[in-house]
Amino acid sequence: MPLDWEPGATPGDAPGDGEAATWGPLLHPLPLPPTAAGTMEIVYVYVKKRSEFGKQCNFSDRQAELNIDIPPNPELAEQFVERNPVDKGIQCSTSMSEHEANTERFEMETRGINHVEGGWPKDVNPLELEQTIRFRKKVEKDENYINTIMQLGSIMEHCIKQNNAIDIYQEYFDDEDAVEVTEEAPSAKTINVFRDPQEIKRSATHLSWHPDGNRKLAVAYSCLNFQRAPEGMSHESYIWDLENPNKPEIVLKPSSPLVTLEYNPKDSHVLLGGCYNGQLACWDTRKGSLVAELSTIEFSHRDPVYGSIWLQSKTGTECFSASTDGQVMWWDIRKMSEPTEVVILDITRKEQLESALGAISLEFESTLPTKFMVGTEQGIVISCNRKAKTSAEKIVCTFSGHHGPIYALQRNPFYPKNFLTVGDWTARIWSEDSRESSIMWTKYHMAYLTDGAWSPVRPAVFFTTKMDGTLDIWDFVFKQCEPALSLKVCDEALFCLRVQDNGCFIACGSQLGTTTLLEVSNGLCTLQRNEKNTASSIFERETRREKILEARHREMRLKEKGKVEGKEDDQREEEPILTLEELVTKAEEEFFDIIFTELKKKEVEAMKKSKPVGPERGREEGWGGGTGTQGGAVGRRGGAWGRGEDTGSGGGAPGLGAPSWAR
Amino acid sequence: FLHPPPSWDVEETLKRLQSQKRVQVIMVVNTEGIPIKSTMDNPTTTQYANLMHNFILKAWSTVREIDPQNDLTFLQIRSKKNEIMIAPDKNYFLIVIQDPTE
Repeated sequence: MPLDWEPGATPGDAPGDGEAATWGPLLHPLPLPPTAAGTMEIVYVYVKKRSEFGKQCNFSDRQAELNIDIPPNPELAEQFVERNPVDKGIQCSTSMSEHEANTERFEMETRGINHVEGGWPKDVNPLELEQTIRFRKKVEKDENYINTIMQLGSIMEHCIKQNNAIDIYQEYFDDEDAVEVTEEAPSAKTINVFRDPQEIKRSATHLSWHPDGNRKLAVAYSCLNFQRAPEGMSHESYIWDLENPNKPEIVLKPSSPLVTLEYNPKDSHVLLGGCYNGQLACWDTRKGSLVAELSTIEFSHRDPVYGSIWLQSKTGTECFSASTDGQVMWWDIRKMSEPTEVVILDITRKEQLESALGAISLEFESTLPTKFMVGTEQGIVISCNRKAKTSAEKIVCTFSGHHGPIYALQRNPFYPKNFLTVGDWTARIWSEDSRESSIMWTKYHMAYLTDGAWSPVRPAVFFTTKMDGTLDIWDFVFKQCEPALSLKVCDEALFCLRVQDNGCFIACGSQLGTTTLLEVSNGLCTLQRNEKNTASSIFERETRREKILEARHREMRLKEKGKVEGKEDDQREEEPILTLEELVTKAEEEFFDIIFTELKKKEVEAMKKSKPVGPERGREEGWGGGTGTQGGAVGRRGGAWGRGEDTGSGGGAPGLGAPSWAR
Repeated sequence: FLHPPPSWDVEETLKRLQSQKRVQVIMVVNTEGIPIKSTMDNPTTTQYANLMHNFILKAWSTVREIDPQNDLTFLQIRSKKNEIMIAPDKNYFLIVIQDPTE
C-alpha cells in the first residue's frame, strides 16, 4: 500500500473489508525527532474497532513496505576518531577450543559384608552338626582331595622349613640410632577436606580436636558478619570423623550458631560451645545432638562468646568464657543457670562495664592454673590472676601493641612466660617481663592475620592463618624474617587453625566452612637437636634487648621532663602547633632537600669521572643544566604542594626520573 | 601286606606340618568356603576362607595375565604378627599360619 495517507484521516475512511479487519496504518508513521539520547523512536500506530477485538486474524500477503528510512548521519562520525594503523593479532593455525568438565561430587561409602558360614550345598544344613560332619567325611574320602593334600602338603612343608631356617625379613642394624634427618625442605600436604554440607555456607569459626587419639574434629560454624547471617542459615555444627569427609559423624544442634566449640580434655564425650547470642551450651555426645545444658540468657554474655576454655579441676566440669561485652565468666556445667564468677575487663580497675574492653580471645594454660590472659578488640592483652581477693586486683597488667583485635593468644607450651599474639597484620611474641612492647614480631603482611598457634612439639615453630587463605609456618631458629613455609590453602579467607597434639596435623577452617586437614613434613614436627636451648636463648636475648630499650626510653622521658620543668622557670616558648598540611610540606621539603643533595653529589662525581672526554662535558653540563631547570620546575611544583594543591606522588616522579631521560 | 588307607596319609601329612616349629594353625578349605579340616573354630576358619579365596583368585589371575604359561604355586602373606601361607589348588586350599621367626 502506498504510504501516502493523509494525516488527519478519520478512522471511518479506513478501508474496512467487512468482517475480518485489515487495518493499515492510519497515521503517517512519523520518525519522531531524535530524543536527547540520540535514539529514534519508531512508532507504528494502527486503530481497531472495539467490536473487532478478538476476531480471528485474516492474514494476507502484501508487498514489502518501507516504513522508515534512516539515512546515515555524517555528523555522528565527528564523534569518532579514526585509528590508523590498527594492530591486530592473527593466529595462523587451526583454532582449537579447550573444555574441561568435572563430574559432580559423588558420595562414596565403604561397606563390608561379613561372610559367616561357608557355601554349603543345598542338602546340607549348616546348623546340623551331624550333616556337616558327614559331608566332611565324604570329602575326606574323595581321592582328589587326598592327592591334592599330599601335593600341597609337601610344598607347604618346604616353605615352613625354609621359614624356620632363615628369617628372610630380618632387620639389620637395628641397634643403631636413627641417623639425624637430613635437611629436607619443609613441606605440607593436604590430607583431607571437609566441606560444609549446608547450602548456605557459614564460616568455620573454631576447631577442636578430640582429646583421645585425635581421630575426630569438632568444628563450629557461624556467620560472624554482624547481622548479615542469611535467612535460613542453619545453626548446626558438626563433629567430623577424619576418615569420612562426606558426612559429619555427629551433628550438634544449638539454638544459636556456635562461635566456639571445645572438647573437654578430661571427658571426651562432653563439649562446650559458645553461642552467637552469648549463651554457653554443653553437649554430651552420648545423649544426642540436642543441647544437654544451656546457660540462662539473663546471666549469659550480651555478645557472641568468642572464647571458651575448660579449666583444670577435679570434677572436670569447670569452664570459663569471654565475650566482647567485656566480661569473663566462670561456669560449672552442672549448674549452668548462673556463672560462678564474673570479672569485668576494665583496665582502669573501676569495674565499669561501659569502659570495659571487649574480649576476643582467651588463654589458659593448665600448668599455670591461677593465671589467664584475655586478648581484646582494642589490641591490648590483659593478664589476670584468678585468685586475687578483690575483683579489681584480678587484672594484673596489660600489654599493648596491636592495632586491631587480637584474634589469637597462646602461651608457648615449652616456655610459658612467652606468649604469641596474632592480630592486625602481624604476629607478635611477648615476654611477661617486658610490658611495653613485644620482644619479637613479624613484618606487616598484606593480609590480615586471623589465627595463630604454637606447635606443641617444637618450641620455635608457630602457625598463622591469613585473610587471603594462606597458612604460614614460622620457624624462628631457621628463618626470622619470613615464614619457613607459606601455603595457599584456599581462595577464601582462613578463619581458624588448630594443631593436633602430635604437631603433625593441622586443621584450618575457612570462610565458606571448608575445613582442610594438612600434614606437615617431618622436619617441622620433630624436635630438632638443641632446639629448646636455642629457642630459650632467643627469647632471653630479645627480652633483654627490649628491657634495655625500655630503660633507655624511660631515661629519655625523664630527661625531657627535666628539661621542660627547667624551662618553666624561664620564658617558656611554645612550639607552634603545626597543622597537618604544614607538616606535610615540611616533610616534603626535607625529602626533596635530601634527594637534591644526593643528585648533586652524583653529578659532581660523574663530572669528575668523565672530564677527559670533550663532548661529554657539554652533555654533562647540559644534563646538569637540565637538572637545574627540572629541579627548578620541581621546586616550583613543590611550592604548589606547599599550598596543598597537588598530590605528592605525581610530582615526585619527574623530579627523579628526568635526569635519566635527559641523559 | 595291606596298603594303609589313603586317608591316613592325609592325616600323617597334616600332623607332620603341625609338628613343625612355630606353626599355629592349619586348615583345609574348599573353594566354596567350607572348612574341611581346621585346627581353629568354625567362624574364624570361615572368615579366613572367604578372605583368602578372593586374594588367591586375584593373585592367580595376576600371574596368568602377565604370562599365560605361568601358574600360581604358593602364596605367603607376611604380617607383623604372623605369616599366612597358602598352597592353592583348583578345588582346595591348604592354609597354614606360622609365627614369624624372631
